[in-house]
Amino acid sequence: MKKFCLILTISMYSLMVFSQNTEKKLAQIPSVDLKTVEGKTFNSSQIENNGKPIIISFWATWCKPCCKELNTIAEVYEDWQKETGVKLIAVSIDDSRSSDKVKPLADGNNWDYEILLDPNQDFKRAMNVNMVPHMFILNGKNEIVWQHTSFSEGGELEVIDIVRKILKGEDIK
Amino acid sequence: MKKIISRTCNGFIVFLVFSSMYSRAQTIGGGQIHGNFQMDAQYYLKDSLIGAPDVPEKMLMNGFGNIIYTNGNFNAGLRYESYQNSMLGYPAYKGNGIPYRFASYTNDDLQITIGSFYDQFGSGMIFRTYEDRSLGYDNAMDGFRIKYKPYKGIELKGIIGNQRNYFSKGDGIVRGFDGDFFINDIFGFDEMKTKYTLGGSFVSKYQSSSDPTYKLPKNVGAYAGRLNITRSGFGLMGEYAYKINDPNASNNLIYKNGEGLFISTSYSQKGLGIILSAKRIDNMDFRSDRNASLNSLIINYLPALTKQHTYTLAAMYPYGTQSNGEFGYEGSIMYNIKKGSILGGKYGTKISLNYSLAQAIDKQKINDTIEINTSGTLGYKSDFFKLGDEKYFEDINIEISRKFSKNFKAILTYAYITYNKEIIEGHPGAPSIYANIGIADISYTINSTNTLRVEIQSLMAKQDEKDWAMLLLEYTIAPKWFFSIADLYNYNNPDTGKRFHYYNAALGFTKGTNRIALSYGKQREGITCVGGVCRAVPASNGILLTITSSF
Repeated sequence: MKKFCLILTISMYSLMVFSQNTEKKLAQIPSVDLKTVEGKTFNSSQIENNGKPIIISFWATWCKPCCKELNTIAEVYEDWQKETGVKLIAVSIDDSRSSDKVKPLADGNNWDYEILLDPNQDFKRAMNVNMVPHMFILNGKNEIVWQHTSFSEGGELEVIDIVRKILKGEDIK
Repeated sequence: MKKIISRTCNGFIVFLVFSSMYSRAQTIGGGQIHGNFQMDAQYYLKDSLIGAPDVPEKMLMNGFGNIIYTNGNFNAGLRYESYQNSMLGYPAYKGNGIPYRFASYTNDDLQITIGSFYDQFGSGMIFRTYEDRSLGYDNAMDGFRIKYKPYKGIELKGIIGNQRNYFSKGDGIVRGFDGDFFINDIFGFDEMKTKYTLGGSFVSKYQSSSDPTYKLPKNVGAYAGRLNITRSGFGLMGEYAYKINDPNASNNLIYKNGEGLFISTSYSQKGLGIILSAKRIDNMDFRSDRNASLNSLIINYLPALTKQHTYTLAAMYPYGTQSNGEFGYEGSIMYNIKKGSILGGKYGTKISLNYSLAQAIDKQKINDTIEINTSGTLGYKSDFFKLGDEKYFEDINIEISRKFSKNFKAILTYAYITYNKEIIEGHPGAPSIYANIGIADISYTINSTNTLRVEIQSLMAKQDEKDWAMLLLEYTIAPKWFFSIADLYNYNNPDTGKRFHYYNAALGFTKGTNRIALSYGKQREGITCVGGVCRAVPASNGILLTITSSF
């Protein structure tokens, strides 16, 4: 084990030294298998929106602030889409206790989002989500340009602001 | 061994952390490093009145750090965990180390993972490994996993390994394979509106045995089959699982086989969602160590078929699955009354109705002389479709959510919960609790970013600690700040000396993915359940600091 760690550390350092391309690069979303509400496998690398920004929101049926966030955005989603072409993908981390409630709940709430299921939280782990709600905004190249955890009323204003900035090509800090 | 690992890998961790500090995604040889961090630390104050145990260390902390390296088809990661010492309620965790590390590689349609992994077969009735920090639950596998997609619409998985047991591992070896078959894809019925998926899995555990009294099976096998059909708004899914005889500490060493059945059907269209589910669980406690108890070394996942309440008083009496036998039913209707209608109001109104019931299964003596559940026997006979006499849990609840004006919203909840304390908490002779719960959650938006939220909650019961009330005020300044104060009051406790106020004040700051929350107050003794798994929460009084971050 000791040797393994040593080799790992040294090889990582040498990679650092030898590869000159250590410039900052925006993170791409990892490739992880998710499920659609029909039960089909859907790989996260298939997420796309014709070069337009994408919002990924991690949520769960039992999470009050998550549903509040998605309900709040639902009220303005049509306007957002018309203005910016943005697409929201709601990734539910409900496990088999409640994953079958996801579609009825989304429909019952009149949401027009694309819904994906992450029943054993593989995507959540790969995206380093500690808790829900956690939102990511991707630019047209599927690179993560912004993320935020938790939701409070009014937080949606920052979200659409970021989307507008992406479309204008502004740098997002 | 653990200490050695943590010491020798320190260099690696320091390297990973520093190499990633200056940007959201640092590239190394074309790859990227990401991670997340969570720390909960509590400073405990003495409070023997509410039953808070004395904490000699004064301060306790649980900490987690995940680091993942991704380069094309290659992924590797580790999690460092530290318990200095573990917080109240997580007694089995001690010290620090790297209990979770993995590497995986995907080549065309084959994915190989070595080290730790989480996975699940079907709904998890015979296999699911996962992590839930709030419960202190982690039954990760340590071994190999192979996933293969040999043909369009066919997905196969094979796993082998030992399970994590806090900072050690279980003795038993868990092996399994699973297949998913997407019928429409396999036969090219892409156009067909009805989609069919079939699945099957097999799991076996091996554990040696040298019991002087009983001849215990060293290999215990379990299998399951499942079906999923969807057609636009309609969905039907079912899974049946069978486990061979598996005498263990949880079932009192009986030789009966185990069975599980879960069926769920749903219908939804815009503005309406309906779901009905039923399950029957019989002797399905499945662990990689037959002597394990509580939340240790569980192989399968048997979630409770009840609504997971989140308001404090609605969650006061949560149900935990009875893996040795239960019937469960649940139904929910979610309806959106249109905007502009008389009932719907200007902004629309949402109604959600939910009912769930958990009841005993039928159990009869195997013959006249042997009592039910006698060790070393078949235990009992059970009529599959017959309900047992005892009610474990029942919950009928309605939630109405309405926006009254541009800046005024309310969610009203009513629930009537029947809670069999004797069975759920294992307190012989404890009476069942019948609780009436009402909650008003009102939000008032002052301007686009400032919101005041008030929760008024009431729980009335004639049993246990009788009546409770709670008031919570929360002020948020989006997207960064929140402040809250709350008081939970057991105003009608039959023991007048125990009519405590559990007050709490909290503030939090969020910027991007950094979140810092600080709270001060008292926590009542109780249980918290997520999925089918529960954890006892001890009483405490103190200052809690929580920091989470990710990059």
